[in-house]
Amino acid sequence: MIYTQNLTKTYGDQTVLNIDSLEIPKGQIFGLVGNNGAGKTTFFSLLLDLIQPTTGKVINNEVQVDISEAWKPFTSAFIDETFLIGYLTPEEYFYFIGELRGQTKADVNELLGNFEDFFHGEILGQKKYLRDLSKGNQKRVGIVASFIGKPQVIILDEPFANLDPTTQIRLKEIIKNLGRDREVTVLVSSHDLIHVTEVCERIVVLNKGEIVKDIQTSKETLKELELFFGG
Amino acid sequence: MFKHFFNLQWKSFFRAASFKTNLAFKILMIFGALYFMVIFLFLGVGSYYIIEKEGLGNPLLVVNKYMIYYLVMDVYIRYMLQKMPILNIKPLLYLPFKKSQVVSYSLGKTIFSFFNWAHAFFFVPFSIVLIIEGYNPMGVIGWHLGIMALFYCNNFVNIMMNNKDNVFYPLVAFLAVLGVCQYYEWFDITLYTAPIFNIFYDIPWTSLISWGALFGLYVSAFNYFKKNMYLDGGLATKHDIARSEDYTWLNRFGNLGTFLKNDIKLIKRNKRSKTTVIMSFVFIFYGLLFFTGSVEAYNNPVWKIFAGIFVSGGFLFSFGQFVPSWDSSYYPLMMSQNIQYKEYLSSKWYLIIIATIISTILSAFYLYFGWDAYLAVIVGAIYNVGVNSYLVLWGGAYIKTPIDLTSNKKAFGDKQAFNVKTLLLTLPKLLLPILIYGIGHYLINPTAGYIFVALTGVLGFAFKNVVFNKIEKIYKKEKYKTLLAYKQKA
Repeated sequence: MIYTQNLTKTYGDQTVLNIDSLEIPKGQIFGLVGNNGAGKTTFFSLLLDLIQPTTGKVINNEVQVDISEAWKPFTSAFIDETFLIGYLTPEEYFYFIGELRGQTKADVNELLGNFEDFFHGEILGQKKYLRDLSKGNQKRVGIVASFIGKPQVIILDEPFANLDPTTQIRLKEIIKNLGRDREVTVLVSSHDLIHVTEVCERIVVLNKGEIVKDIQTSKETLKELELFFGG
Repeated sequence: MFKHFFNLQWKSFFRAASFKTNLAFKILMIFGALYFMVIFLFLGVGSYYIIEKEGLGNPLLVVNKYMIYYLVMDVYIRYMLQKMPILNIKPLLYLPFKKSQVVSYSLGKTIFSFFNWAHAFFFVPFSIVLIIEGYNPMGVIGWHLGIMALFYCNNFVNIMMNNKDNVFYPLVAFLAVLGVCQYYEWFDITLYTAPIFNIFYDIPWTSLISWGALFGLYVSAFNYFKKNMYLDGGLATKHDIARSEDYTWLNRFGNLGTFLKNDIKLIKRNKRSKTTVIMSFVFIFYGLLFFTGSVEAYNNPVWKIFAGIFVSGGFLFSFGQFVPSWDSSYYPLMMSQNIQYKEYLSSKWYLIIIATIISTILSAFYLYFGWDAYLAVIVGAIYNVGVNSYLVLWGGAYIKTPIDLTSNKKAFGDKQAFNVKTLLLTLPKLLLPILIYGIGHYLINPTAGYIFVALTGVLGFAFKNVVFNKIEKIYKKEKYKTLLAYKQKA
C-alpha cells in the first residue's frame, strides 16, 4: 500500500530522517516507535506531503504523494490539533470532513453512532467549540474524524497520548477492529510500548531518523523493545 | 524579586518570535513612533501659537475645552491596541512569589508603556510654552500634573475594562453622539467638562484630586487582579456557548458550499475576523473625505476612483489580503484533506465578491453627492471584482503570517504584510485604476475614464479561469513554505 524509497529529510546539515526503503502492505496495522526526535512525525508528515523530502519518494497506492494529489481521497490522518478547526462544534467538524469526503450527514451520523462508547458522552451535544474542549476530548474528535469516509490508509500520530485509561482501551479495540477485515492500513506511532505491541502486527523502531528494528509482533516483542529502549 | 521579573520581561521581549524576523519592519515601526513623537512635539510647541493666530481664544482654555475628547480617544486607542499586563502570569502562579508582588509588577510595568509617555511629548512642550508666554507657573505645573494623572488614570481604567466590550462600546458610542451634538451645536458637553480641567490651572492644588483618583484606580485595579488571580477567575479563558449551525441552503453549491459554510462560521465566531468585518464597514465612509471636499489634496478627479475602490473594497482589502492565513491554525488539515485548491480559493473569492456587492449597495448614500460620486463607487466595485479580487488572493500566497483568530492582536497591520511582493501587488490594485481613469479623463472625458476602468474590470472577470489556474499554481508552489510558516506561532 505504502512504499518509500531512499527517503531522507535534512535540515541544514542535520539529517532527521534517512530510510532506505520501507514497504507497508495493505491491511497492515503498522506501529512506529522511537524516542523524541527519532523522526516519527517527520515520517508521517512526509507521507501526507506536508513537508518535502530532501531525497526519495513516497508512493501511496501507486500515487507519488508529492506529485499527484490523488492519494488524498483514500488517506486520512490525525497528527495534532492543527487538524482541528477550533471554531466549529464537534458535530460541525465531523460533517465538514464528511462533506469533503463525499459523505452525507446520515452517513456521518451512522458512523458516529458506532463511537458513542468512545465519546463517553463528552463530545456530542456539548455546546462547546473544539477550541474549548480539553486536550483529551480534542484528540477523540480528531481520531474519529479520521475514520470518516471509508479511508484505506489511516495515519495516527500518538493517538494514545492524553487519553484517559478507558478511552485508551477502547481505542485499542477500535484499531484492532479496523485491521480485522484487511481493508484498512493503519499507521500508529506511540511512546507507549505496551499499547503498540498489543495493537500492531508489525513494529518499526526509529532511532535518530534511521530504522533500527523491524519486528513482526510476537509474545517476545515487548521484552525486546524494553531491552532496546532500556539499554 | 523584581530582578527575576525584569529578567523574564527582558527575555520575552528580545526572544519573541516576531522580534527577530523582520528588521525592516522594526525600522518602519521606529520611524512610525518617531513620526508620532515629532508630531506631538510639534503640536506641543506650535499649538499655542496656532490657536492664538487663528484667534480661537485663550490657548489653554481651548485645549481644555477639547480635552475630554482627547481623553476618550486615548481610552479608545488603548482599548484597541494596548496589551494587557496580565497575560503571562500563569507560569508564575505556583512559584514562590507573593501574589501582591506579581500583581504590582504587572501593573507597574504598564506605567512605562508607550501609551502613557507619548502624551508627554505634547504636554511638556505645551506647558513650557505656556510658562514662557507668561502664564502663572504654579498654575501651569498644577494643570500639567493634573492632566498627566488623568492619562495615567486612563491606563488603569483600560486595564479594568479589558475585554468588557459591553461596557466599552456603549461608552464610546455615547461620546460619539455627544461629539456629533457638539458639531451641530445641539448640546455642548465641553461646557461642563472644560471647567474641570480649567480648575487645575486656577487652583493648582486641585490637581492632587486627580492624583488621588489615580491612586484610587491603582488600588482598585490591584485588588481586582489580586482577587481574580485564579485559573478559574480572572485568568480563565472565556468559553462561548456553541450552537451548531447548518446553513443547508448552501448545500446546493456542492463543495463550494461546504467551504462557504465554513467561512461564514469563521467570520461569525472569531474575534479577529469580526474586527475585520467592522473595519471593512468603516471603509464605506472613507469616501466622505473625498466627495465632501473636506481634504483639499483629494480634490483632483482621479482620486474619486481611488475612493471608489476603497469604499467598495473594504472587505476585499482587510479580509482578502489574509487569505489563506485565516485558515492558518488548521492548514495541515486542509492540505491533507481531499480539497482542490480551486474550490478553496473560489469560496474565498465568492465571499469577497458578495461583500463587495453588499458594500456597493450600502454605499448608495453617496448618491447624495451626485451621480458622479456613486458612479465612481460602482466603477471601483467592478474593478475590484474583476481585477483586485484576484490580486489579493495572489498576494495572499506570499503573506505567510499565522493568524490567531481568537485575539485582536495585530489586527491593525502586521510586519509580514509588508514584503516586497505584496507591496508590488498593491500597485495594480490602486495605482493602475487611477492611471487608467486618468488616461480616459484627460485624453477624452470623465465618462471615458469611468468606462475604461469598468472595462478593465469586465475584462479581468472574463479571464477568471485562466487567472485562477495561475493562482492555484502559485499556492501549490508555496504550500510547504506556508505550512512551515504557520507552524511558527507568533
